[in-house]
Amino acid sequence: MKKAFLALADGTVFEGVSVGAEGTALGEIVFTTGMVGYLEALTDPAFAGQIVTMTYPIIGNYGVNRADCQSGKVQAKGMIVKEVATHPNNFRSEETLTDYLLSENVVAISGIDTRALTKIIRDQGAMNGVITTDENFKFENYKEQIEAYKIGALVSEVTCKEKYTVGDGALQVALIDYGVQKNIIEYLVKRGAAVTVYPAATKAADILADKPDGIMLSGGPGNPADYSELIAEIKELLASGTPLFGTGLGHQMAAIAMGGKTEKLKFGHRGANQPVKDLAKDMTFATVQNCGYTVVAESLDEKVATVSHINVNDNTVEGIRYNSIPAFTVQYAPECKPGPKSMEYIFDEFMNLVGGKHNA
Amino acid sequence: MPKREDVKKVLVIGSGPIIIGQAAEFDYAGTQACRALSEEGIEVVLLNSNPATIMTDKMMADKIYVEPLVADSVKKVIEIEKPDSILPTLGGQTGLNLAMELAEEGYLDKMGVKLLGTATSAIKMAEDRQAFKDTMESIGEPCIASKVVDNYEDALSFAQEIGFPVIVRPAYTLGGTGGGIANSEAELEEIAPNGLRLSRVHQVLIEKCISGWKEIEFEAIRDGKGNAITVCSMENLDPVGVHTGDSVVVAPAQTLGTEEYNMLRNASLNIIHALGIEGGCNCQFALHPESMEYAVIEVNPRLSRSSALASKATGYPIAKVASKIAIGYGLDEIVNAVTKKTYACNEPTVDYCVIKYPKWPFDKFVKAKRTLGTQMKATGEVMAISDNIEGALMKAVRCLELNVMSFELKKLKNLSKKEIVRRLSQVDDERFFVICEAFRREVDIDMIHTITTIDLFFLNKLKNIVDMETRLQQEELTPALLREAKRMSFPDKLIATLSGVSEIGVRAMRELHNIFPVYKMVDTCAAEFEAATPYYYSTYDDYTETVSNAKKKVVVIGSGPIRIGQGIEFDYCSVHAVWALKEAGYETIIINNNPETVSTDFDTADKLYFEPLTAEDVGSILEIEKPDGVLVQFGGQTAIKLTEALKDMGVKILGTKAEDIDAAEDREVFDDILEACQIRRPQGRTVFTHQEALEAANDLGYPVLVRPSYVLGGQGMEIAYNDNDVQEFMDIITLIRQEHPILVDKYMMGKEIEVDAICDGTDILIPGIMEHLERAGVHSGDSISVYPAPTVTKEIKEQLVDYTKKLAKALHVVGLVNIQFVLYEGEIYVIEVNPRSSRTVPYISKVTNVPMVDLATRCVLGEKLKDMGCGTGLHPEGDYVAVKVPVFSFEKLHDVDVSLGPEMKSTGEVLGISHNFSEALYKGLVGAGFKMSEKGNVLITVRDTDKEEMLDIAKGFVELGYSIYSTSGTSDFLARNGVPTITVGKIGDGSNDILDLLQAGKFDLVINTATKGRRPDRDGFKIRRKTVEVSVPCLTSLDTAKAFLASLHSTLNKKDLSMVNLLDV
Repeated sequence: MKKAFLALADGTVFEGVSVGAEGTALGEIVFTTGMVGYLEALTDPAFAGQIVTMTYPIIGNYGVNRADCQSGKVQAKGMIVKEVATHPNNFRSEETLTDYLLSENVVAISGIDTRALTKIIRDQGAMNGVITTDENFKFENYKEQIEAYKIGALVSEVTCKEKYTVGDGALQVALIDYGVQKNIIEYLVKRGAAVTVYPAATKAADILADKPDGIMLSGGPGNPADYSELIAEIKELLASGTPLFGTGLGHQMAAIAMGGKTEKLKFGHRGANQPVKDLAKDMTFATVQNCGYTVVAESLDEKVATVSHINVNDNTVEGIRYNSIPAFTVQYAPECKPGPKSMEYIFDEFMNLVGGKHNA
Repeated sequence: MPKREDVKKVLVIGSGPIIIGQAAEFDYAGTQACRALSEEGIEVVLLNSNPATIMTDKMMADKIYVEPLVADSVKKVIEIEKPDSILPTLGGQTGLNLAMELAEEGYLDKMGVKLLGTATSAIKMAEDRQAFKDTMESIGEPCIASKVVDNYEDALSFAQEIGFPVIVRPAYTLGGTGGGIANSEAELEEIAPNGLRLSRVHQVLIEKCISGWKEIEFEAIRDGKGNAITVCSMENLDPVGVHTGDSVVVAPAQTLGTEEYNMLRNASLNIIHALGIEGGCNCQFALHPESMEYAVIEVNPRLSRSSALASKATGYPIAKVASKIAIGYGLDEIVNAVTKKTYACNEPTVDYCVIKYPKWPFDKFVKAKRTLGTQMKATGEVMAISDNIEGALMKAVRCLELNVMSFELKKLKNLSKKEIVRRLSQVDDERFFVICEAFRREVDIDMIHTITTIDLFFLNKLKNIVDMETRLQQEELTPALLREAKRMSFPDKLIATLSGVSEIGVRAMRELHNIFPVYKMVDTCAAEFEAATPYYYSTYDDYTETVSNAKKKVVVIGSGPIRIGQGIEFDYCSVHAVWALKEAGYETIIINNNPETVSTDFDTADKLYFEPLTAEDVGSILEIEKPDGVLVQFGGQTAIKLTEALKDMGVKILGTKAEDIDAAEDREVFDDILEACQIRRPQGRTVFTHQEALEAANDLGYPVLVRPSYVLGGQGMEIAYNDNDVQEFMDIITLIRQEHPILVDKYMMGKEIEVDAICDGTDILIPGIMEHLERAGVHSGDSISVYPAPTVTKEIKEQLVDYTKKLAKALHVVGLVNIQFVLYEGEIYVIEVNPRSSRTVPYISKVTNVPMVDLATRCVLGEKLKDMGCGTGLHPEGDYVAVKVPVFSFEKLHDVDVSLGPEMKSTGEVLGISHNFSEALYKGLVGAGFKMSEKGNVLITVRDTDKEEMLDIAKGFVELGYSIYSTSGTSDFLARNGVPTITVGKIGDGSNDILDLLQAGKFDLVINTATKGRRPDRDGFKIRRKTVEVSVPCLTSLDTAKAFLASLHSTLNKKDLSMVNLLDV
């Protein structure tokens, strides 16, 4: 067993054991409360630039099946757990979590008091930190880089290089990839769409030139306010009158494009149990989320946008409907699969709009 | 949705006596419900026959009826109180069945009473096998190939169609009563007819057996708007085949991948939406271990044992939320009481794991069949929390109080490896011990998996425990190894035994290297939000979350799992002690591990530690909390057992001192005390060996009572009539290593009298004197007990008060004391003195209006009885007669003799209250489940010595119009004495012997007294067991028979019983 260290920007140091690759991972430390779904978390592009802490203490019980990956690679910078299962057992398991982390060259640490760590983040907010297998670890040696770390505009790192199309349905949906989770595509295709996935930086004019029946903005990593160029393109997409739907980062950028503001959540919404209320339906659902930012409700012009969903715990904005254009977006990840099925209806609503446009 | 305005007065129906399959979890649920309704300004009327519950406490409801849980009582209460609604889904299957019965016959509609919560149609859909199957099919949820049948022929033909083995599940029964797995036609013939008979609707489900699949449960909750969440997932370590109440369960589910987890979570939500549940609901699934195939096993559209577990495992108060839903609120409107920041629609997420381990009564019923199957046998359960599975398992095994420190049984040591492997295929209560023993003998894990079909994930966890044992034995005990062992929750004593280092040495190493437990919170949200009223568990990690403060504080030690002899009464006492302490301005801390109880509810004590009740586990908490004192007298024998160890740690035991508690148990010391007080007791000796026991018995003269000391419920106690009996009982007692001597006493067949008293060190207060209907020799817990004592003279009562006072003072009792006397030939003898709370405290408190635990706690804190306003000496007798009747769970326990004796067998009790004795007794008997037929057929077979006494009883039954049946001996005797009888054949006497007639439903009542020995191969035993199987009441004591008869004889208008509101008593 190789020793490893976890250090936080505030100087807190935990000692643990390495359960992944050797080396050092620097990132923003966040926690997720999902009791299953460690592989999905690691490969979720929205975790890019972050080191993910699993609050559930026994991780890796059902091993790893690469078919469950949400994207082509591990997106998180590292992983923090209390205990990794040495003897996973599930008929779908192909390898242990540790073997997977090693083969993907991901730094991970176990033996950490993850609850204590979670409370630090909860009370002080998400903060930078480092995991390292450096045997001669000294906080002073890392202090500077921890403090200097900033999650950059990571969309460019996680987006696809070239546009591609999946499915052969009658409805043409343009999906802008800010960090697509593969299920989005599956969900759209299942509902009769031919999905063309565009790299994030694609010009609005180029997308509109392909005459999509609908546009979807994916979720992704980073601070939405950092992406002014992408937002400018979104403005044009919205103005085109094409039915538009967005989630996560896409939702936040659309809000900015429509004059709204975003702010950082103290410790984010990450897990599989975030209660979201659909105000029109007056119904509440448990949603899967991985968000560090939220749209400020007061920043929205009532004439332009209506808050359609809120988080029941903290009343933050979880969904917006735009008044004069066929566009709506949500903060959470309705596409998360496997995940709660109850939010799938939002895709149906979108595809209805898309179908309407197609037939018009 | 806001609160419904049409709900102003609600009738809550409880679950009645504690029986196997329906235990304290419904006291927890009912208590939460009453509180949830009261805080909304709703008037609550409560009906429950169980007096030992918190929910029947005066402060819990506006009107409280401790009356039999039968349709007639419910109707009467409705007519008197005119509630506008009934809340039926919190009182277990009993409460639900009653409400359904009244709804179906149109009574509720007629009276304008609404059923709150889940609609009748939804309940029917879930409970009726065929309707449920059809519903599941219609929403695409797979069920197991099965068919509902209402006769044996159809059962057989369907079983042949789908192939054996098949599972038989009776409809509308609890704890799977009457069900089982049939591997062959012969077995089906045994199980199916029985199941049909026990089902309220005479239906059983014949189902394809899928044993070996994973058994997964989801606890879900839904409001009237359709918002729904799952509260908790649970995985049974025992695969499908063992009743979930008898399974070791882990929460959350451990071996499901994201996809499987979400598949079953979605299925649960799908199901509760389809059924239209409004409240809590439990969904059980079978999941194929090698594919995504699953099947819905069962859905409980009500609060259940699993809901209690899910509640305690997550901190989410399901019963409270379900009650709020019932009166109209939505999940998004109900604040999470633990965080006070989130709402009830926030699905709990946990950052630890929980092991539930059943507590079985086989340590008491050594002759019972220990096999586990679809019929539940456990009386209670424990819950252990840790951040690792090994640790939770190790804690759980300590919580069980089996006298073991790990999954290791002495008796398995004598078996060869081959025998151990053979035992692996036996599914019984010792299964996990056998598996660990197999690991110790280096049996291959894959072989263990093949035989047991337990998931390799869990087998590896058990193996890790055994591997740690081996390391401790073989490696040098380093701080690192010690830390690892402690993380798995190995107790110091075990580490010492294995490593050869002394216990003091282990402790010293822990101190030197700072290896101490920290305490983490259960907060429903994995620390995402701050918690307002969390509870705690220990783990060996970096940071602790418990903060000791400067307030004056007292720790109350709880009573652990519900078992025969130590039931819900002690939880009642613990909870009341906490309330009294709070009232007196103390911070209160409870340590307990029973997830079913009110004491482990998040808002009972200021702080709750969910931990095993061993000296080390409790000591670690005390080191941190540094309380001003510890209360042990309310937690039954579990807490009392800790007294000495706590005293050695320098902890202040509040109330009666450790030495005095010991004095009451120590034969010689106690004899001296009795002599000084000039009080007699039956003569007796203390012995250690068989030889000494035989000598003592012969010296004293038979019959004698043989029993271990320091036990509860007369565990292992028997009346011996000869040397063979002594041999046999000693064999059984010494199966478990005895730290304390064994007692041999002269048995006196007199009238038993019981007294509970409060003592402040100077004065005593006796709320009431109770008299047992059965003569001494029947355990007090199994006797019908009457208050006020009907046949005890004033002079004797005065003498009893005097004796009680003398004994309480001699033992320096501060707090509660329970004394059992026997009145033999006009003289009073003391049988035993327990300087602690007792089984009778709740009921006596309720019927006398003397809040015993409250007063006792105040005495313990230094107040004087004379200042408390309840008087001293013997409390004046009230206008009401209260009769406590024991309730048994023999249907669930095969091969257990139903005849009453010195060892306690009952699992619960009911109370009958009335202005007159005969009505109180009648209500008690009805409440206990006796069918009180005015005429019919009674079978009487008694031992020779009882024949004379039986004569009047037989005559009495004849007068009533009963026909008497008996076997030749009894029959001749009765005929000689002019009582007409019909002679029936003994067992084996041709085709129409007793057993056949019993089976055919010939008898309405059986009176049978046991011959000595009570061996299973005797006829009497077989007859008594048969009565259980065919649900015919069997009276095994002539005293009970007399009372039964008297009750039938009384001029009582049985159609119009009075209903007594406890608050008027």
